[in-house]
Amino acid sequence: MTEQNTYLIKGASLLGERTADILIEDGKIAEIGDSLESKDAQVVEADGLIALPGLVDIHTHLRQPGQEDAETVETGSKAAALGGYTSVFAMANSNPVADTAGVVEQVLSLGESAGWVDVRPVGAVTVGLKGERLSEIGAMANSRAKVRVFSDDGMCVWDPALMRRALEYVKTFDGVVAQHAQEPRLTEKAQMHEGTVSAELGLAGWPAVAEEAIIARDVLLAEHVNSRVHICHLSTKGSVEIVRWAKERGINVTAEVTPHHLILTDEKVRSYDPVFKVNPPLRAQEDVEALREAVADGTIDVIGTDHAPHPTEAKEVEWANAANGMTGLEQALSIIQMTLVDTGKITWADVARIMSQKPAEIGRATDQGRPLEVGEPANIVLVDPEAKRTINPEAQATKGKNNPYRAMEVPGEVRATFLRGHATVLDGRLATPINQ
Amino acid sequence: MRHLLDTKELTYEQAINILDTADYMAEVGTREVKKLPALRGRTVVNLFFEDSTRTRLSFEAAEKRLSADVINFAAKGSSVSKGESLKDTAQTLAAINADAVVVRHSASGAPQRLAEAGWIDVPVLNAGDGTHAHPTQALLDAMSLRQFKSQITGKPTRGTDLKGMRVAIVGDVLHSRVARSNLWLLNTLGAEVIFVAPPTLLPVGIEDWPCEVYYNFDEALETHLDAVMLLRIQQERMHAAFFPSAEEYSRLWGLTPERFALLDQMDYETAVLHPGPMNRGLEISAVAADSDRSWVLRQVSNGVSVRMAVLYLLMTGGSAEDFYGN
Amino acid sequence: MTEHEATSSSEARVILSDADIDRALTRISFEILEANKGVENLVILGIPRRGFPIAQRLAEKIAKTDSDFSIERSLGQLDITMYRDDLRSHPSKTLEPTRIPSGGIHGKNVILVDDVLYSGRTIRAALDAINEFGRPSLVRLAVLVDRGHRQLPIRADHVGKNLPTASDETVRVLISEIDGVSDRVEILQGE
Repeated sequence: MTEQNTYLIKGASLLGERTADILIEDGKIAEIGDSLESKDAQVVEADGLIALPGLVDIHTHLRQPGQEDAETVETGSKAAALGGYTSVFAMANSNPVADTAGVVEQVLSLGESAGWVDVRPVGAVTVGLKGERLSEIGAMANSRAKVRVFSDDGMCVWDPALMRRALEYVKTFDGVVAQHAQEPRLTEKAQMHEGTVSAELGLAGWPAVAEEAIIARDVLLAEHVNSRVHICHLSTKGSVEIVRWAKERGINVTAEVTPHHLILTDEKVRSYDPVFKVNPPLRAQEDVEALREAVADGTIDVIGTDHAPHPTEAKEVEWANAANGMTGLEQALSIIQMTLVDTGKITWADVARIMSQKPAEIGRATDQGRPLEVGEPANIVLVDPEAKRTINPEAQATKGKNNPYRAMEVPGEVRATFLRGHATVLDGRLATPINQ
Repeated sequence: MRHLLDTKELTYEQAINILDTADYMAEVGTREVKKLPALRGRTVVNLFFEDSTRTRLSFEAAEKRLSADVINFAAKGSSVSKGESLKDTAQTLAAINADAVVVRHSASGAPQRLAEAGWIDVPVLNAGDGTHAHPTQALLDAMSLRQFKSQITGKPTRGTDLKGMRVAIVGDVLHSRVARSNLWLLNTLGAEVIFVAPPTLLPVGIEDWPCEVYYNFDEALETHLDAVMLLRIQQERMHAAFFPSAEEYSRLWGLTPERFALLDQMDYETAVLHPGPMNRGLEISAVAADSDRSWVLRQVSNGVSVRMAVLYLLMTGGSAEDFYGN
Repeated sequence: MTEHEATSSSEARVILSDADIDRALTRISFEILEANKGVENLVILGIPRRGFPIAQRLAEKIAKTDSDFSIERSLGQLDITMYRDDLRSHPSKTLEPTRIPSGGIHGKNVILVDDVLYSGRTIRAALDAINEFGRPSLVRLAVLVDRGHRQLPIRADHVGKNLPTASDETVRVLISEIDGVSDRVEILQGE
């Protein structure tokens, strides 16, 4: 690291708990204290800003290789940096699928040369996400990408015997299977949450039970083979109750929720605007309430954005023909502040836990999600909780304009992001990538 | 009224106005010259993404009786099915200066997207979308029920509603846009809606609908029904485990000759309706379909009148400042 | 229809009372009979809404004079809404049914009846509408009030009262069958 990467953050509120200065040198936190001085350092005024460890997204779709019209590692990781992230886990449903060491190393390299965040590839559980036979899990784990999270996300590992084998096999590498819980037969042609609104709109329902049945099965499988299992994007009240029960029972399960499932409901579908089409679908208000409570009481461990950019033409069609997914990286923190912090359900320290520490732990990203302490890697985000901004998808770094919050006013703005002491975002704007 | 996308948004006054206007249009159909100049020089596009000869014929007759220029665009098998977006199609219609679009689509909500996405700025008339809505079908059913009520009371239809009528809708409610549109419209007009179907063919969430639900057709028949509307059972449902067999469906939920005979024993009249095309011997027996109680053909005639009324109401009007001197 | 909306009539000037109207209609009924040389082939068509009750009264007066005249076979109503030239820009108004007398109008002497003759556009539309039902041998026009300001080359054959008006004045005709008050014609200043 050069001299230019010496920063003195003045007057930030660490986790919203205590105000202090932070001196960053050589990619690490060199000093924390009051009235620090350094004549070499670039001073970053942080009055009124909250300092959090750099965010870690356990669930991102960067679309590369194969769907560069939707997103690239470059554009997706810029969006991540602007959202306060220092690391993202890139899901395996690229084209070709990330089911070999070759593809995961390619994604890793793309992330390194982009240099905005640490891109950690997720490996597919099964070859081609087809749910038929295990992919080369060991080769991916032992590759330069050191894959620890395996997921067929987008598809469910529905075959119970295969799921059992996957849960057992990844233990070799201290890995985890991240399950996209969706019983396929119960969700054939499903278009939205099954309930009052789907009945009225005449859209085929995606019943809560299709998610809950798989989660129930998988926590029992994890218990049986003594493995850990991660559940992607919980979306229903029932799922929360099953995970809560499993944790009480001592099962090694972690659970994730997306920002959009904490704020949007199936009422949005009344517009038939496919920007609200996502999988799992937007659920009912009572599900939203249950998910918020579950984050507050620790049943849900992490926020995963499920950032899923799509080219415009994939959404400018009839609802039934539109692609699933919405973008999320650049406003995840704002939505969490709005739904959980500003409502008094959690503290900024909790935000650090659910958006940085725990996701890093689950993904075994050992140099991420670390506490703000002297000697730790200087992965830091500074956020202004008093700022208000209006979401404009056209002004974002992600290629995907499929943003469900268009024109919504949200609180909170990322002012700066430091990746190992290098400012990727300064003054709320992209700075420079880190050189690797 | 800018568009007609669903019956749920129609107010009582709007619904009555459409039906009264349809009565007027029905009279035109009895004239020697069955044509009005109301839409002369205006272009209506029938955009059919899903086959429906009957509905298209009905709309075309309505448009021609109002002197509109009609362009039929059957999108099935065209570039649309090859992935051209709804947006491109809409912009094409805007570029040829269409004055209104009648759209039929297999995807629920497609007409609403067309109306609201900002790609084209003309009235959109929903001619049936997926399993969502079929407003002109519900309006023609309401028109038929109003005529039936008028026959019994001897009072003219104009300005009247369906207050107090009990209308049973029997069959595949889950996949039926006709059932949904009738639910809202009949409620708005004061009728009681009774759905009769096996639980497999009722949507989850129906408990929030303003209706009664019966699994047993015979029990429903004992509750003084003024009208029974049978819904068509689609072939593809028969092999998807919604019910064990066509025979069992017909036995339990069909208007069999035996059930039809029960209607004769009642001391009140019951009309039989079907949106067509009928599966004789499945949801409706031939004897019921061809009886005097059957309103099937009158429903077809009323379809043209209702569509004329809606086209007229959507495509005329504007600012009141223009001249209205006598 | 602004001309008929019941507003406060404090500034309204009554031009014709119910007795005036009755006398005018009696006179018109005689004029019609005279011009037609009797009741043969006579068909009277009122234009909704207020033209129809006026036509009805004319028919009653004619029937009283000549017992050969059958109201049932000679009186009808002609809705002209669909034939207006301002349909595109004007809010859709309530449609009234068209009732052509059983003998039709082909070869008949048709008397069109309306309450007020103003721009002439309504009558233009009525002539188009009549065409759809056949070819009358002649068409005459009877109106209760002619207020001038024609926009088309149309004139009335029988007029209850010629009423010179300014264009910013409103002529209001009230007919008991429709308005529930005694018949009268008023002028209102401005709109």
